[in-house]
Amino acid sequence: MAHRPLKELMALASPPRAGDFLAGVAARGGGERALAQMELADVPLARFLEEPLIPYERDEVTRLIIDSHDRAAFAEISGMTVGGYRDYILSEAADAAFFARTAAGVTPEMAAACSKLMRAADLAAASAKVSVVTTFRDTLGLPGRFSSRIQPNHPTDDPRGIAAAAVDGLLYGSGDAVIGVNPVSASLPDLSRILHLLSELIERHSIPTQSCVLTHVTDTLELIRRGAPVDLCFQSVAGSEKANRGFGLDLALLAEAREATLSLGRAALGGGNVMYFETGQGSALSSDAAFGVDQQTMEARAYAVCRAFSPFIVNTVLGFMGPEYLANGKEIVRAGLEDHFCGKILGLPMGADVCYTCHISADQDDMDVLLCMLAAGGVTYVMGLPGADDVMLNYQSTSYHDVCWVRRMFGRRPAPEFESWLESFGIVPPDRALLPGAGGDRPAGLLLAGL
Amino acid sequence: MSEKRTGAARAGGAPPAVPAPAGGGGAAGGLRGELRRHTPARVGLDRAGVSLSTRDWLAFKLDHARAADAVRAPFDPERVREELARGGVPSVLLESRARDKDEYLTRPDLGRRLSDASLALLAGEAGRFRGAGSDLLFVVCDGHSARAVPETAAGLILRFFERAAWKPGDLPPCCIVTRGRVAAADEAAHAFKARLVVNLIGERPGLSSPNSLGAYITYGAYPGIQEGERNCISNIRPGGLSPEEAVRRLSYLVESALARRLTGTGLKDDMPEGYLPFAEGRLFID
Repeated sequence: MAHRPLKELMALASPPRAGDFLAGVAARGGGERALAQMELADVPLARFLEEPLIPYERDEVTRLIIDSHDRAAFAEISGMTVGGYRDYILSEAADAAFFARTAAGVTPEMAAACSKLMRAADLAAASAKVSVVTTFRDTLGLPGRFSSRIQPNHPTDDPRGIAAAAVDGLLYGSGDAVIGVNPVSASLPDLSRILHLLSELIERHSIPTQSCVLTHVTDTLELIRRGAPVDLCFQSVAGSEKANRGFGLDLALLAEAREATLSLGRAALGGGNVMYFETGQGSALSSDAAFGVDQQTMEARAYAVCRAFSPFIVNTVLGFMGPEYLANGKEIVRAGLEDHFCGKILGLPMGADVCYTCHISADQDDMDVLLCMLAAGGVTYVMGLPGADDVMLNYQSTSYHDVCWVRRMFGRRPAPEFESWLESFGIVPPDRALLPGAGGDRPAGLLLAGL
Repeated sequence: MSEKRTGAARAGGAPPAVPAPAGGGGAAGGLRGELRRHTPARVGLDRAGVSLSTRDWLAFKLDHARAADAVRAPFDPERVREELARGGVPSVLLESRARDKDEYLTRPDLGRRLSDASLALLAGEAGRFRGAGSDLLFVVCDGHSARAVPETAAGLILRFFERAAWKPGDLPPCCIVTRGRVAAADEAAHAFKARLVVNLIGERPGLSSPNSLGAYITYGAYPGIQEGERNCISNIRPGGLSPEEAVRRLSYLVESALARRLTGTGLKDDMPEGYLPFAEGRLFID
């Protein structure tokens, strides 16, 4: 029987996505899409190992996926079709141990294919069963836990402004994943100043968290050479060699950056998790580096890049790039659940930047729906911004309040080390109400004294 | 589960004995005031349980509505043309290939190109242009904020000519492009064989900046030039980078780009503190 090429089948089976229409690879209608999904359901998982979507010879991400594939881990699922795999991972038979022992045998394309056959509730149900634990100064991803990044961006990188937003977040119990700043400036002295500010805040108050300045990996390497206090090394990555070159990087550079960051030995708990990666649907297409592969599969391929460097945290950035990639709130919601699912079953500590810009048809209600579903699926962390408004990057993400909301609604708690700190610092009373101000005004005074 | 119930009782009961952010109704004082001295971010917000207070939530909604409206607002290029004409700056009205705002937003490729009619119009203008030289071309695009250009662009151009070494008549007419993206300037620059093109374009609106203008400066622009070969001045608006300061930075980049014959990553914005635009009054003609 003659097969349609997998690349074409995957694109046709992908749920409606603006970027796939832009690239001209999407199904022409719902019927064609549904038939493609049926055809995809019968594809054996093993076929993905024989038919790379981007040629092995042309692309180092494909080579990474194929060369690092763990046949032993794959053995248990090697006889399954995509549809059979979906049924199995949703069944009671698939527990956390199953996902842990098969993760290295799952390729991004297998994960993406499976996700295309799942609805939102399936994606959440499967993700919720996966446990991915990482460590630096605290432990992320433990059962019943939910973490957040404080994102205290400031339009001119003003140190006091960054500190004020960070203190606000700490008083809300945010910040156990990272305190991470997107800088405006690209000058190394400016970046170094921000790193020193964050490290001083963390050290002065013995906060079990880590800092990050989200700049290019080559900047971070230079900052390390100059002796700046780098906790996590950040980089945006994508799912093809060409797209990564557009970001000014290759796998060798990421390996060099990881080694340099590890050499600083700043992770009190060890674990080798020193990288922070961001990804996002549409990034490969935007640099004309998707090779006709659908947007969601390209995103999953970026997770192979992340996985190779044992990251501390990874998050997909959802509605930031614009409506040419994710058209509206509905597409953002769907993409968020797909990305979280694919990242988790590939073994990543997956978080999400639940976000939108003002030029896309989406609003806070859409973000609430996605946040709720991600929380149900056990998302590792989300962003915490003052009032959900990023005054530097000009987009809306989740707020310190939203982090409290998830903890309240789902009974989730911060990372254990951070939770103990919140208690001992007096931000949260011993009953762990985890509400801003519940610990009285002493902690606010202490933190502000450092401003 | 007990922690959830405890939290709920606490939030629903008497206000905690603390100032903002916990305190209901705290105004500009207390922690909120202290934090807001340092940042325009929405720090120190009040809460109702784990939700925002009514006041803070409705303020957010208004800001989002204004920013979203700025994207969708009708753009009136005629108004910009008239304002420029009053200052003696001629202009020509063009359109991109995107036929409406939805197409503009979802098809970036169409917003980067000019319509056939506009290309024909441009060819005619370029044929008639008999200025002293095509050192510099101004392009104005509504971009992502239809408010930014009408509020700021014409004033900025007129202010530039007060300082610049050129008179408006020395340069090609300003091209006002409806539904244009940054690269729409490249075709216009190509038509006039302009050495340098400045595209003043409405930026992606944020909650606190629905009317922010960006200036993209490109040396030797041609259709298909890489984005890395441009310089950008961002956040030009009342309350952001003032038009006065924007003109100073723009003049500096224009002078530097023409002198060094490049823009992009090779041209750093290291304007000296006391820089005066066009102090030497030079024209940059080969």
